[in-house]
Amino acid sequence: MLTSRALLRGLKSGFWRPLSSTSSVQAAHGKDMSPDVLDPSVPQYNNRLDTPLSDVPFVRNLNSEQRQLKEKEKGPWTKLTKEEKIALYRLTHELTYPEMRRGSSEWKTVLGGVFIFLGFSGMLVWWQRIFVFGEVPHTLSDEWVEKQTQRMIDMRVNPVGGFAYHWDYVKKQWK
Amino acid sequence: MQASTETVFLYPPTPLSARCYSHAKVETDEEFDARWVTYFSKPDIDAWELKKGMNTLIGYDLVPEPKILDSALRACRRLNDLASAIRILEAVKDKSGPHKDIYPYLIQELQPTLTELGISTPEDLGMDIL
Repeated sequence: MLTSRALLRGLKSGFWRPLSSTSSVQAAHGKDMSPDVLDPSVPQYNNRLDTPLSDVPFVRNLNSEQRQLKEKEKGPWTKLTKEEKIALYRLTHELTYPEMRRGSSEWKTVLGGVFIFLGFSGMLVWWQRIFVFGEVPHTLSDEWVEKQTQRMIDMRVNPVGGFAYHWDYVKKQWK
Repeated sequence: MQASTETVFLYPPTPLSARCYSHAKVETDEEFDARWVTYFSKPDIDAWELKKGMNTLIGYDLVPEPKILDSALRACRRLNDLASAIRILEAVKDKSGPHKDIYPYLIQELQPTLTELGISTPEDLGMDIL
């Protein structure tokens, strides 16, 4: 039992880690692996719906063809192809607005995890019921309860609004 | 003890002209628009001023008028920044929220400028879908 719990804990941390934010930040800023990406004392790029234009462009270290594109940007924009316009946008911005607004399917993982652990707890409770708890007291057996009920009717328990009120003494049955 | 001629209220009823509101002059919509158009029309506007202006404007509880956006897009042109121009269009679409008829109206009003400057809308570039 203890070893399986340790296994579960290990599985859980290995399972959740890829969903944490730090690894995705490193993957996204692969272009800017310089230390200042994670340096808060320097202006940072950020994707925010309420801040359309970020302090710094997403890609700062341009290679030669990107620099050529930037030069072309200084001329009339009517001469740019759609791909070039998209490329220019992506140089300055990591995510478009729809991409920023996109949710994730994380809730499915969370809900699934919750059910798994609830189910596991249920298993434990069931096992406990079978292997730990003894027999139920004899006073809960059908026979005893019958005799008990008859005795309660005979002594007219709660005759006004309670138990014996619901028994019809004439027809000898429940109302 | 003097006889009081007035009954005392917890909240004394004051006439309208003496209410406790601020006496500052409220800027009209036209003044607001004109101020922002002037801001973006500065011939030697720099990149920081454009960013600051746009971010502030998007922070307000309104969708900017086409004339303000026109001025901002022309500022982008002066700064050779197409990406920001497209971003501005995305931002105002997002700003409209559930009112889906605002953005088409803005694009309709801005179409001459967009064609003149060669700015493609996010829809043209296929960036409005995931």
